[in-house]
Amino acid sequence: MNITELTVHELQEKLKNKELTISEITKAYVDRINEKEKDVQAFVTTLTEEATKQSEEIEEKINSGEIKGEFAGIPIGIKDNMCTKGVKTTCSSKMLENFIAPYDATAVKKINEENIINLGKLNMDEFAMGGSTEHSYFHKTYNPWNLNKVPGGSSGGSAAAVAANMVPWALGSDTGGSIRQPASFCGVVGLKPTYGLVSRYGLVAFASSLDQIGPITKDVRDSAMLLNIITGHDEMDTTSANIEKKDYTKALKKDVKGMKIGVPKEFYGEGVQPEVEEKIKAALEEYKKLGAEIVEISLDVAEYSLATYYIIACAEASSNLGRFDGVRYTHRAKDYNGLWDLYKKSRSEAFGDEVKRRIILGTYVLSSGYYDAYYKKAQQVRTLVMNKFNEAFGKCDVIITPTSPTTAFDIGGKLNDPLSMYKADICTVSVNITGLPGISVPCGVDNDGMPIGMQIIGNRFEEEKILNAAYAYEQVEKFRENHKPTFKK
Amino acid sequence: MSREDYEAVIGLEVHAELSTKTKIFCSCANEFGGEPNTNICPVCTAMPGALPVLNEKVVEYAVKAGLATNCSISKDSKNDRKNYFYPDTPKAYQISQYDKPLCENGHVEIETSDGNKKVIRIERIHIEDDAGKLNHDDFGGESLVDLNRAGVPLIETVSKPDMRSAEEAEQYLRKLKSIFEYIEVSDCKMQEGSLRADVNVSVRKKGDPLGTRTEMKNMNSFRSIVRAINYEIERQIDLIEDGRTGRARKLKVG
Amino acid sequence: MQVSKEQILHIANLARLNLKEDEVEEYLKNLDEILNFANIINNAPTEDLGITIGSNEEKNVFRKDEVKIFEDRDALLENAPSKENNMFKVPKII
Repeated sequence: MNITELTVHELQEKLKNKELTISEITKAYVDRINEKEKDVQAFVTTLTEEATKQSEEIEEKINSGEIKGEFAGIPIGIKDNMCTKGVKTTCSSKMLENFIAPYDATAVKKINEENIINLGKLNMDEFAMGGSTEHSYFHKTYNPWNLNKVPGGSSGGSAAAVAANMVPWALGSDTGGSIRQPASFCGVVGLKPTYGLVSRYGLVAFASSLDQIGPITKDVRDSAMLLNIITGHDEMDTTSANIEKKDYTKALKKDVKGMKIGVPKEFYGEGVQPEVEEKIKAALEEYKKLGAEIVEISLDVAEYSLATYYIIACAEASSNLGRFDGVRYTHRAKDYNGLWDLYKKSRSEAFGDEVKRRIILGTYVLSSGYYDAYYKKAQQVRTLVMNKFNEAFGKCDVIITPTSPTTAFDIGGKLNDPLSMYKADICTVSVNITGLPGISVPCGVDNDGMPIGMQIIGNRFEEEKILNAAYAYEQVEKFRENHKPTFKK
Repeated sequence: MSREDYEAVIGLEVHAELSTKTKIFCSCANEFGGEPNTNICPVCTAMPGALPVLNEKVVEYAVKAGLATNCSISKDSKNDRKNYFYPDTPKAYQISQYDKPLCENGHVEIETSDGNKKVIRIERIHIEDDAGKLNHDDFGGESLVDLNRAGVPLIETVSKPDMRSAEEAEQYLRKLKSIFEYIEVSDCKMQEGSLRADVNVSVRKKGDPLGTRTEMKNMNSFRSIVRAINYEIERQIDLIEDGRTGRARKLKVG
Repeated sequence: MQVSKEQILHIANLARLNLKEDEVEEYLKNLDEILNFANIINNAPTEDLGITIGSNEEKNVFRKDEVKIFEDRDALLENAPSKENNMFKVPKII
């Protein structure tokens, strides 16, 4: 039995049947990290020793009956922008290179309460700004399907670690596609929940009105299970939805008979890699066979969404990143002449190129003279995009698009062209602008064997519908049985 | 021209610290003056990832203050960020209210020493967070930041420029103070800074449009306010008489 | 060019960033490209549309006025690059 290839629900089964012990599971993952991390470099901080010790403690407590819990002893990896008390939380930035979080993010707290074991903090684009994980201050992360390609981003470490079987599942965060796009590039399942479903308390803010934490998993059932763990109203986050907690695994019925699937023509065609479109069209055929109805819809707001997204996200970021000033936590420049100089030197030294670029754009669109033309207009366009999606959901239950117009690109391929990097987010950003839930599920591979992702978008708080739709397709496609990462160079 | 031909135009922005049990956006005790950095948490020290949650009492107290000063209470109100870098402002923005304050269009009535009554209009009352405290009394050429006061709730009451003398400004401030004390939203201890005022003064020839104004910030005693206003009026009249108009200037007092 | 060199230096100053000469050139070019692209929002039919600040409708979310002490106060000062008497130390402000 290859332990690290198992999903979490399979691990649970084996634990229940006493075919496996908790310490065996952790050991298998520690061994796997020791074997593969040098090639993939998904982690900023590994906690293999702590995890090993913790697994033994948890095993003992379970054996003595002190604790129960269906997830006790299951390992996880956490994106390095979620605060973990006593553990470094860097956001992959020099700014927080040595920052030890003084508290746990709510999502992390929920993970800890289940006695889930943290194997480490996962690499990302600095402050979650980017789509390739090349903007990490520490190192790049490499795509397990082809080590010359990016894993996507910003949750590239999370997606690559799951794909490489170095963690069974992981937490990511998604501001403009940062869970779904790397999940697509790495052939795993990534879910961005409805804005407000998961507490953002302790998630280092990039763009507060867009950020959401969500699961990156091997399959759809694991996604539903991890969502069960991290959801719930949190009084520390005023945008946290005060709704009843659900069991999302109950939604996985495989039955999509009569489900209306909206296909917006604007998300296909020009700019979309032919194999991506082909595979998604083939998936739509599968849905038809399963009894779903395909409805052609129009959502002529993709480009507006993208422009609006970059204006709003950068504006919010420029304000959110003001607190990194070298006073209460590092980085602080070594030599400075007065307070002004301390601020400017510390921030200039410790923020990377992409972060500075976005702070400048954000400061520009918020500055007097440009506020109305850009920021205010973008907020109006946001209303327009929301109205269009509302209309669309009058005609269908879910919307299907590619997650990304292309499969994973080469490392360095877009690094010198920020605008083309931004444009790659065209399919994902509307979901953040509108606050809707979206899931990316693997949908075959391209001619080079790189995974393709299909995005299923749902209406507000209708995670059950998109999980069920994703699950139904997953059972037919059997991606994990047919395709495996090769770690080729 | 004689000095009687001139009149002063005075407006006040009054900050009152609310006497809630906790800070405006976190559950830390609303107390300061004790050991530095004891009433702090991830929210008021602006740790990465921390989020503000508004104290319901702050809204209640601000609404009370609005009702007691004849304001209309907005049904649709929101908070806004005012971005600036300063070590006493850990988030690098103050959370205040810009276009949708809680209370608007109020007034209070004052009585001057000659027995006349006068209405002073209030433009708005909004809620915001106080900054921390910088201690400069260190010999090493450095300042030390204490965040116990960071996040203490404030209401800012902005008057219309309806006052014409230092005496009227004093009476207006005394009136606000007695209202806020009576409805128990603030202890209004001026010497401790829980009630403080920014004073805007300009001088014009009677009947002329508004002149260039001077803002004197953070004044926290009646005596200093009266003296500063009278001095400023004289100074501006002298400037006009000399043929120079008053240059806008900002004074930070205290 | 939509943005001048003077403007970008002003913006960088507002954001408390120093830009090196080559960075000024690069960011100018990037900012120009991105703003040119972003200008498409001017074509969006937004007459009579209000603004959207956030995507959820939670309103009147308040906290009770009850003191909760954050236990690990020391941890809040542990990351400080410079401190004295339990306070964060910064250059003297005049």
